[in-house]
Order: sequence, then structure tokens, then C-alpha cells
Amino acid sequence: MNLASDDFSLFGLPERYRLDRAELDARWKRLAAQVHPDRHIGQGAATQAQSMQWALRVNEAYRRLRDPLRRAAYLCDRRGAPIEAESNTHMCTAFLMEQMQWREALDDADSADGIDRLHTEVQTRQKGLFETVARALDDTPDAARAAEAVRSLMFVARFLQDIERRRDALFPL
Amino acid sequence: MALLQISEPGQSPDPHQRRIAVGIDLGTTHSLVAAVRHGLPECLPDDGGRVILPSVVRVMGEGRRQYGAEALAAAAEDPSNTIASVKRLMGRRLADLPNAASLPYTLEDGPGMVTVLTREGPKSPVEISAEILAVLRQRAEDTFDDLLYGAVITVPAYFDDAQRQATKDAAELAGLKVLRLINEPTAAAIAYGLDHGSEGLYAVYDLGGGTFDVSVLRLSKGVFEVVATGGDAALGGDDFDRLLADWALGQTGRATRSAADRQRLHAAARRAKERLSDLTQTELRCELDDGPLSVTVTRDNFEQLTKPLLDRTVSVVRRVMRDAQLQPDEVQGVVMVGGATRMPAVRQRVGQWFGQPVLTNLNPDEVVALGAAVQANALAGNAQDGELLLLDVIPLSLGLETMGGLVERIVERNATLPVAKAQDFTTFKDGQTALALHVVQGERELVSECRSLARFELRGIPPMAAGAARIRVTFQIDADGLLSVQAREQSSGVEAAVSVKPSYGLNDEQVATMLRDGFASAQSDMDARKLREARLEGDRMLAATETALRADADLLQPREREGIDGLMHALREHITGADADAIDAAVKALARGTEAFAGARMNRSIQQALTGRSVEQL
Repeated sequence: MNLASDDFSLFGLPERYRLDRAELDARWKRLAAQVHPDRHIGQGAATQAQSMQWALRVNEAYRRLRDPLRRAAYLCDRRGAPIEAESNTHMCTAFLMEQMQWREALDDADSADGIDRLHTEVQTRQKGLFETVARALDDTPDAARAAEAVRSLMFVARFLQDIERRRDALFPL
Repeated sequence: MALLQISEPGQSPDPHQRRIAVGIDLGTTHSLVAAVRHGLPECLPDDGGRVILPSVVRVMGEGRRQYGAEALAAAAEDPSNTIASVKRLMGRRLADLPNAASLPYTLEDGPGMVTVLTREGPKSPVEISAEILAVLRQRAEDTFDDLLYGAVITVPAYFDDAQRQATKDAAELAGLKVLRLINEPTAAAIAYGLDHGSEGLYAVYDLGGGTFDVSVLRLSKGVFEVVATGGDAALGGDDFDRLLADWALGQTGRATRSAADRQRLHAAARRAKERLSDLTQTELRCELDDGPLSVTVTRDNFEQLTKPLLDRTVSVVRRVMRDAQLQPDEVQGVVMVGGATRMPAVRQRVGQWFGQPVLTNLNPDEVVALGAAVQANALAGNAQDGELLLLDVIPLSLGLETMGGLVERIVERNATLPVAKAQDFTTFKDGQTALALHVVQGERELVSECRSLARFELRGIPPMAAGAARIRVTFQIDADGLLSVQAREQSSGVEAAVSVKPSYGLNDEQVATMLRDGFASAQSDMDARKLREARLEGDRMLAATETALRADADLLQPREREGIDGLMHALREHITGADADAIDAAVKALARGTEAFAGARMNRSIQQALTGRSVEQL
């Protein structure tokens, strides 16, 4: 085990998309408790620096593993199908059409109900895409297919933020 | 289950190893110092038995001072030299302080932040805060008749980097070794968790004199994990007083004519507000320059008047709960912290929002200092290992300015500390050899609406076509929540780094100068202190190494073991001598000599953390 170990090895978890969130959280806390700088106070600057590096690494891996989208992207990358969000914007036509419809629906939405409906619709789509990712990564390995779904999910995530922004604009907290 | 275990002083492995460490709540209106004694945290009283020190300093000329209650009593007669609520000025410029004109003292922009113009000239908020901290340090040293090993200082969770840095500077200026800056609501949660052995999700609503924080924490087996935090670093009980004071003027058609007038009226408004927590109606009475003012105020009047302030706090609660992705009924308890939460309207409104009565069983003025004392005791090595861990978060996102005055976020708010994140940027023009980096903090998309933390330049980039350079900018935030930034051009290795300190806080030289000027004790005292501290550090390092050897000596080859034994022997020799520098050098040598061993131990402990888990599962 070293700082360059992959996230899954670091947490002692099998390298797959589906994971037990409670188990991940428990392991993170155990690791954090070992490496946190507060646990190495008074042991000299070198130990402090090492514990800091480990704590940063453990937190980085935890942030990536607990976020389904980032975890999926990480697995695609490790299986030779990097996401390359900036350069690879390929998406199927049906999904592009759907995006345009959502945009229009969001621009037209002016009631809490309308926004809720759109929100539910997008979330349903998101759930379906995550299921595709899980199958393509864990069941019938197809990293390229998973990567395409991840790219769609990245758009969905941004769009969900736009929905929240619109909601805040219409109904300030 | 017992959440925390703290050994009796006499039961720690070696009584001489026990270090005096305190928790300090440096508040807007008042400050406290607490320490763990006889296994429990308690606030330390002054000679008069008072634990609360009003955060007020009166500058009397020729370096003479009044502090606390005495300064507060003199506020009305000498308003422009009596500095209260200095916390609101920490790390701030005039442009950040819309209410500056209504303050009884005069401000101007100084290096890094505002300064207060006193009869002794401009005083930085850092200096004023340092004086308050020095009073508390003295109180603690008198109580224990011993030097302090270090202190945990609390800051509002919503303090940005500039405010945190200013607080740390103030503590160092007061001669305190800062073991950690911790967030006030987190400190309150520790005190609360300690008292109740609680598990699960808790919300902390902390409305102090001048700052407001909300944190949601998950408590489990001694781990205090902050899930989300938010707040308003310029909203507190003071604002309720100000609204009431303005209302009283409006009702009577009067005006304040001097700083002393404002000070007296503000104090009268605060007393009326406090009475309204028990009464439904009271008289606000005050002696102004042009005669007495008296007006009846009902609790209803007051609540109507201050409802917008309360609304602002509830908006923050909503946002934090949204960040935490939690519904109100998932929260097990709502802890109230800060004197302003004594207002019945606050308790009622917050309780209503969460659908449960709020928890008020700990003294809201003391709970932050008590929690800080527990953490200080743990960080000083007095508590038993493995019983307390804080996993706090960064309250505000951090980013860089990009083309068009937009912010590219690098670290998102609510990331667990410590955190490091890197992002690659590139050049805009062909042959561009320098890059201007502007570090900002905040949630808005426009740079102009975020707080500017630092500007620095990366120079010496080899000329390349636009977009060809790969400049990796790394943000690192330590466990105190303090930021450092590094930029490196990947192909050439050209580097630039900035700890955000120089642009907003004081640099080391300034701190050293102020230490010499302001708190210079006799040289012999300083030397004695230095020797004492070097010995403490040496003892501690020896104890840590011995513990490590007892647990994991099998990781060492015989020759490595001999080397470490030799370094320990050398350190032991020096500790009995009187040469502080020689002790420091021996400590450093031992630290270097055990570096590889420490790395191997870290690896083993990680393996054990994981395998321990799998064994339990079988």
C-alpha cells in the first residue's frame, strides 16, 4: 500500500461500480482516524508531513468513490475508456433531442409544480443511466458503453444544477 | 456508550508528561478560556470569579490598557478608544464593513485590513485580539501556575481564509502555540457529545454576538464528522441590538449626537433585549447628551422588528440542510449555541423548522470554550488515544479567476479537511511567459462577488503556442482550514507558491516585530521559556518514539534500530542540559532519523484499519 495505490485498493474494496455506501463510509472513518494529522501531533515534522499526505490521499479517494458519477468515470478511465469530457462530446441523437426538450421545459417553467415535474423526469432518466453504467461496468463489461453513459450523466448533473438555480431564482430561500 | 475517555491527570502514562492546553472562545462580545481539569472541561474564572471576559479593550495611552468589564464600563466616557466587537473587523477592509460609520471608533484601511485609530495611533484588529488572548493566556497560566503548552482557538465555521489567518496571527502574537483552529459549532458539538454520549445527526445553530453559523454533524464512536456548514460572518446578537436602538430613536424622534451617545444607546438596547427574553414588555431607558430617552418596548414589537434577521438565519439553515441532503426530521437534535439563542423567538422559530424542541441544556455562552478545551487536551496528548476525531469541512468554495472575470471553482465547499485539489490551466497568447493567478473564495460565479484572497504570478514559462503550456494549480487546505496554493508549469517545472498569508494576514517578520514591541518580557524570561518549551518538545518526541518502538519495533532492521537508539540517547543527554538550540537540533535529528520508520508504521496502521474490519465481518 502506498500513496499511488488506486482508490479501491486503498479502501480494500473490490474494483467495481456497485458498492455498499455504509461500508465505504465506515472504512473511510477508520482510515481517516489512522492518518489524520491530529493523530500524529508531537511526532516530529516528518511524521506530520507524511500523515498530511496520507490524509489528503484518503480524502481524495473517498470523495471519488462516494460520488457515483466520479466513481464511474474513474473505472472507465482505468479500463481504457477515458471520459475526456472536453474533447469527446459524442452523444446519441435521441439524448440530444431529449436535452433540447428539457431546456425548453425549464425555460417555460414558472411554477413550483412545473419545476418539480421536470426535476422528477430528469431524475428518472438519471437513474436509468446509472443502471446502464452499473451493468456496463459490473455485469457485461463494456467500458466504452459505460463511458458514453457517463458523458450523458455529466450533462444531466449540470442540468439538475440549472434546475436548482431556476428554482432559487423563482423562489428565493 | 461513553463517547470520550479522558484519563485523570494522575493516571496519564507519566504525570510529568501532562501538558496544560486550553480552549479559547474568542467571541465578538465576550471571550472565555477553558481547560480539562480532573477529567472534565471547565471554564476558568478570573480573580473576581468571572468566567466571561467582555471582548473589549480600552487604549488609555502610553501602553496602558483596561480589559473586559472595566473597559466596557468606561466605553461611554471614552468611546473612540474603547474597542468592542473587534472580531467583526478581523481580515476585513473598509469596503467590507457597511456599518463602519456607525461604530463609535474611527477606522481606516491599513496593511491587509482595517486599523482602529486610537490615541496611541492605528491598532490592527489582530493586535487588539492578541491583547484579549494574552489576558486569557495569563489567566490560564495563573490558574495552573504553569506555562501553557498550547491552545485551541475557535473561529466561526463561516470565517473565510483571511479571517482564520488573522485569528491565528493574533494567537501567535499573544504568545500562544496554536494547536488547532476549530469551528465554533464543531466545538459545541464536542461539548454536547461529551455530555450526552450522543450518536447520529445533529444540527448546531450558533448565533453569537456578531457571527452566525449552522453546522450539521454526524456523531459516531468519538468521530465528529461535519456533513455541511454555512453561515453569515456578519450577523449576530449585535444586529438585534442595533435594530432596537434605531427603532427607539425613530419612536421618540431623537438622534444620537456623539459616539458616546451611540455607545450608551446600544448598551441600553442590549439590556432591554435581554430583559425581553423573560418579560413581555420593558422600558428602554438611556441618558443621551440632550436628555433622557425612555420608550416602552413589547416583546411583540421587538420580534416584529427583528424578524428579517431571524428569516436570514432560517434561510441559511435551509441551505445547509440542502447541502447535507437531509430532511428536518432526519436530525436527532438541534443544539443551540451563543447568547443570542436565549431569545424565545429564536428558539421557537428554529424548533418549529426542525419540528422538535431545541436543546438548550448546556450554557450557550460556555459550550464552545468547553468543547475547544476537550480538543486541546486531546491534541496535547493528555487524552487516551483514538477516542476523539474531528473531521471538519471547508465552509466556502475556493477558486481561481479565469478569462472574463469568472470563477473556476477548484475546491467545493463542504469538502472534508485536509483537502488538496489540482486543476490544469493554459496560456491565452502565443509566447506568453507569465500567468497572473487570482485566488478567490465564495459561491458566486463572478470574481467581483467573491472575496479576493491573494494574487500571485507564475513567471518564467518557456514561450510556447497559446494553449500548449500545462500549468497545474494545486490548492491545499490544512486541518486548520488554511489555504496554500502552488502553481507549476508541467513541461519546464517552473514553480510559484503562495501561502495566502502575505496578502491578507501578517507576515512572519511583522509578527516577530509586534511580539518584540508589544509583549516583550525580560530577555531572561524569554530564554527560560524557550528552554522549557524545547524540553517539553524533546520529552514529547521521546515519548512518541518509545511508544512507536513498543508497538512496531519489528519493522526495523537491527542497524536502523541502533541508529534510532543513538539519536534518542543524544536527545536525552541534551534535555538535561540548558542549551535550547541543542535540544531543538537533537529533536530535529530524531525526527529525520525516524522518518522511514514513521512511513512504515503508517502503512501498517492502514493495513490494520482495513483488515481489522474484514475480521469483524467474518
